[in-house]
Amino acid sequence: MTTTDNEFSGYSAGRRLILKGAGLVALTGLGNLPFGLMPALAAANDKWPEDAFKQKGEAEAIKSLYGKTAEPSDKVKLDAPEIAENGAVVPISVITTLTDVTSISFLVADNPSALAASYQIPPGTLPSVANRLKMAKTSNVTVIVEAGGKLYSATKEVKVTVGGCGG
Amino acid sequence: MASTIRVRATATGDTTEVQALIQHPMDSGFVKDAQGQIIPPHFIQQLTFECNGKAVFVADWGTAVSKDPYVKFSFKGGNKGDDLKISWVDNKGASDTTTAKIS
Repeated sequence: MTTTDNEFSGYSAGRRLILKGAGLVALTGLGNLPFGLMPALAAANDKWPEDAFKQKGEAEAIKSLYGKTAEPSDKVKLDAPEIAENGAVVPISVITTLTDVTSISFLVADNPSALAASYQIPPGTLPSVANRLKMAKTSNVTVIVEAGGKLYSATKEVKVTVGGCGG
Repeated sequence: MASTIRVRATATGDTTEVQALIQHPMDSGFVKDAQGQIIPPHFIQQLTFECNGKAVFVADWGTAVSKDPYVKFSFKGGNKGDDLKISWVDNKGASDTTTAKIS
């Protein structure tokens, strides 16, 4: 069900396995952290959505993260530049008038893996986020807002002159 | 001990706006160094903001978040003088945490 293509240089199956193993070891290592960090993390939030970040395509990432599909909504205002001067740092933000927002995610369709960032919005937090993302090349940027159990989206094309993946 | 986290939290009425800037390479795993070796992925996976013991914002990040990541959000229920605790964990198991006062 979840397979990813290995057409990018430096992204072999062996490397994925090592990274996944390293990630698992790193995460289990969390049990030894001092500063009371562990209790805070355990109480506060859901686990990092590893599977969603592994998905190459936008639809697969959304499905992995939310298990449903989004409908475009003009109540979701996505702010992104027409042209990104530097693909390594593209300022992207969203604000929405939807209520009962529980999650906001940003996807860059033509990045090696589409999901860039996902935010958990507890009750009392405003449904608006600003962040800076890397874009490998000119691509559609999509924001997904989960509100009242349903998904809404907005998309904008951002042109990239200097790519954000190091050349 | 210098923190990697710089935060500004300002309350206007019942809304607190938070801006955070974190020092972190956020290596994607796609870039090669001068010797042609891939620099392995090294990125913050989860960033948590808590106020008065309750999580007010959680960021789940991948390698497409820019180096030295910046994030801005707002929440209700915080007051001037309240503590805002920020912590992050990266894919290598490293972490940092800091507490700032809402001003």
